[in-house]
Amino acid sequence: MTNEGFGAAVRRKEDRRFLLGKGNYVDDMVLPNQTYAVFVRSMYAHAKIAKIDSSAAREAPGVVAVFTGEDIAADGLGGLPCGWLIKNKDGSNMVEPAHPALAQGKVRHVGDPVAMVVATSKVAARAAAALVDITYDVLPAIGLLADATRPGAPVVHDEAPNNLCYDWHIGDEAQADAAFAKAAHVVELDLTNNRLAPNAIEPRSAIGDYSAANDHYTLYTTSQNPHVIRLLMGAFTLHVPEHKLRVVAPDVGGGFGSKIFHYAEELLVTWGSRKVGRPVKWTSDRSEAFMSDAHGRDHISHAKLALDASGKFLALKVSTQANLGAYLSTFGSSVPTYLYATLLSGPYDLAAIYAEVKAAFTNTVPVDAYRGAGRPEAAYLLERLVDKAARQIGMDRIEIRRKNFIRTDQFPYQTAVALQYDIGDYHATLDLALASNDRAGYDKRKAASAAKGKLRGFGISTYIEACGIAPSAIAGALGARAGLYEAANVRVNPTGSVTVFTGTHSHGQGHETTFAQIVAEKLGMSVDNVDVVHGDTDRILFGMGTYGSRSAAVGGSALMKALDKVIDKGKKIAAHLLEASVGDIEFKDGTYRVAGTDRVKAFGEVAFTAYVPHNYPIETLEPGLEESAYYDPKNFTFPGGCHLVEVEVDPDTGVVEVVDVSIADDVGTIINPMIVDGQAHGGLAQGIGQALYEEVRYDGEGQLTNGSYMDYCMPRAADLPSFKVGNHVTACTHNPIGVKGVGECGAIGVPPAVINAVIDALIPLGVTDMSMPATPEKVWRAIQAAKTAKKGA
Amino acid sequence: MATIKLKVNRQAHTLECASTTLLVEALREHLRLTGTHVGCDTSQCGACTVHVDGKSVKSCTMLAVEADGAEITTIEGLAQGGELHPMQAAFREHHGLQCGFCTPGMIMSATDLCKRTPDPSEHEVRHWLEGNLCRCTGYHNIVKAVRAGAAGMRGGK
Repeated sequence: MTNEGFGAAVRRKEDRRFLLGKGNYVDDMVLPNQTYAVFVRSMYAHAKIAKIDSSAAREAPGVVAVFTGEDIAADGLGGLPCGWLIKNKDGSNMVEPAHPALAQGKVRHVGDPVAMVVATSKVAARAAAALVDITYDVLPAIGLLADATRPGAPVVHDEAPNNLCYDWHIGDEAQADAAFAKAAHVVELDLTNNRLAPNAIEPRSAIGDYSAANDHYTLYTTSQNPHVIRLLMGAFTLHVPEHKLRVVAPDVGGGFGSKIFHYAEELLVTWGSRKVGRPVKWTSDRSEAFMSDAHGRDHISHAKLALDASGKFLALKVSTQANLGAYLSTFGSSVPTYLYATLLSGPYDLAAIYAEVKAAFTNTVPVDAYRGAGRPEAAYLLERLVDKAARQIGMDRIEIRRKNFIRTDQFPYQTAVALQYDIGDYHATLDLALASNDRAGYDKRKAASAAKGKLRGFGISTYIEACGIAPSAIAGALGARAGLYEAANVRVNPTGSVTVFTGTHSHGQGHETTFAQIVAEKLGMSVDNVDVVHGDTDRILFGMGTYGSRSAAVGGSALMKALDKVIDKGKKIAAHLLEASVGDIEFKDGTYRVAGTDRVKAFGEVAFTAYVPHNYPIETLEPGLEESAYYDPKNFTFPGGCHLVEVEVDPDTGVVEVVDVSIADDVGTIINPMIVDGQAHGGLAQGIGQALYEEVRYDGEGQLTNGSYMDYCMPRAADLPSFKVGNHVTACTHNPIGVKGVGECGAIGVPPAVINAVIDALIPLGVTDMSMPATPEKVWRAIQAAKTAKKGA
Repeated sequence: MATIKLKVNRQAHTLECASTTLLVEALREHLRLTGTHVGCDTSQCGACTVHVDGKSVKSCTMLAVEADGAEITTIEGLAQGGELHPMQAAFREHHGLQCGFCTPGMIMSATDLCKRTPDPSEHEVRHWLEGNLCRCTGYHNIVKAVRAGAAGMRGGK
């Protein structure tokens, strides 16, 4: 057998069905007697609903039913809950306004659903939706975060008269102030983290199917975490016992966070199926996705860093405004707090940190986790600030980072913002990235760019993230309303093949392969003998799903535990068969052996014996070979690394081209290097997208002005270079694999490296600041402004 | 309603469909060939790319009635005799897919490129694929896969 365990670039088991066009995505499914739902959504950012007249729609051809807010209220459907309670500075709770699945008297963002039309075809439903006559009294709206807390601003929710959801802080302000008082240098920076649309290429879709005969619901939905959706629907929104609801997330075409959350549409088609007595299917259009999928980022921050005369960081103070959108999405409140401000130490030894976050409601789509979720915002702030500090005090950008890195002898390292990093080697990843980038050849490359009329810039970012979400007790103490462990079940089949049931969900990450590799590593069998089942609450015992780069670290660790139990039970069976004591049995490479002898039993023989127990210790051991395990992590994991970017800027057009990306990450033990590299590539593309191309734009009145692929600039193949991706492994100290997580590193590390490179390119022209996305127009204007300023000087 | 005749993946079909039915709807809903995907509503993402008379076309941009009499190949028709097409094999070998949603469109687009340009450079691949969006791979491995797939197609494998 070839080695297919840890470190093997096994080609993916799931690929064949996708390559043949035989994937099974929700929109591919057709249930007998199925109907189609179309949502009528608000075109206004903020309005009172004076009247809804759906009589014409109800009478339109093919229409089965039209539902409005009144109908769901009459049936007692619960509002969409928020999974994380944040406390204000004064200890009081955040404001949690109702988040109804269909508007109750008021709409609060463009795209807010007002009615659901159900018809026998999508065409009929669409035509009838246009006949739902809604009279709105339009109200003043807040489209931009910067306007949310201004005096006299329109109020999104009466419960939050100043539009603040919470005013939260972390760290020791007095300690930070004391450090600033004795600082030799203080560096300050204002920055914006641009609002993004996640844009998984598969739009969201859901089919509700109620069986009156069994009083049982099935929901097929594009979800990263079907058990969480079942939990929330059971307890909060649909109000049915969990055994009466099955949630299936089949093949899902990308998530990036946007498919974590419990959305109105999946609830409404499930409930609607009971109301109309037929399955109800809904599939989002892309334009609809822009105004109904949760967005990401959207911060405005002021940061200042105190340094001593030698360039050592003394303290950091950060004040951030975060946009939560019109309603609290499932994990929206946790992103700008515990997933953001706790990362503000970065890879640096920083004794004092104080951060405060004011999170505001606006008349925009809810904002929640998107690839990186808080950690890109922290890395961007810190790495822009560190670069500015280097320039301000005249220190090399690489050296200032080296000087301030947490040293390897300082681990475990307690940060000033709650986290304790277990391990890392930031000098090593920096050195590896520098070698890959060929730093020594830079001047030559810069001269070659100049010969073409281009300005070349070099940018660096050294970042850290917290993954493997999460130790339940810690998360609970911080306000999480759920546990964040993971579950795995290993079913050894009688002839020795293995079926793994995992509570994580794969929507591109390749778990069907990497989880099979974990089995290969532990049981010494080929991945061909392993099937991985995920995404179905009826088949899998439980799970919290896939997000925050947690699947391998938490779900993989649960699988390791379950496999240990299988091996241990097998030892007892083998001991019986080999007439030896259990303590003398070893298991290695798929074989049980009496230690120091040639007396062996293959794993398959032991499995067969477990199911055909003719010669079996039946008095002391049950037949069968199937084990489950739950794993709750002891700590977060802390991937980190160094991302280096070179850009060429065309000073005449402002066009920025990324010409080199050299990164070195430390994502812990690598199960499948091919998949790990692929995850880094995808994250890099999204990170470069944020830095140069992407931004969801609202006008001051809350109108979404770029809600399609014609207007929102998605990175395309020709916009990106090939990437040089390297890894330096320090194994996580507290999980059985040593894995840290790789899903988000690209999106976290690279945006500041790109912008630092753009600024580096433009500094000779006098440009010292640049915001994301660094579009040609923005860059060109900055160049012109700098020219004008120079002339004036 | 219109009656149209299509040859899809070497098999003849006669369809009754509305004059407004898009080719992608005819394929997905009438013929249940769900390998062709819909990722947007503005002909930008390319997930719906199929071959119409041998050329790659975004099937969301063509009415089914316009395809009357045409020969169409979808992702389901690419592999023959249980063997992956060289482009499909190259996508697997080079990890050119993650969630799989853009993959059928990428592969149908790439095979058309390689018929026109049997040995495309990285630059040519990247520019040809401008009409196909992928959110998972960062295109890095797609580009590698397309060039390897081109080699496979040249070799007649």
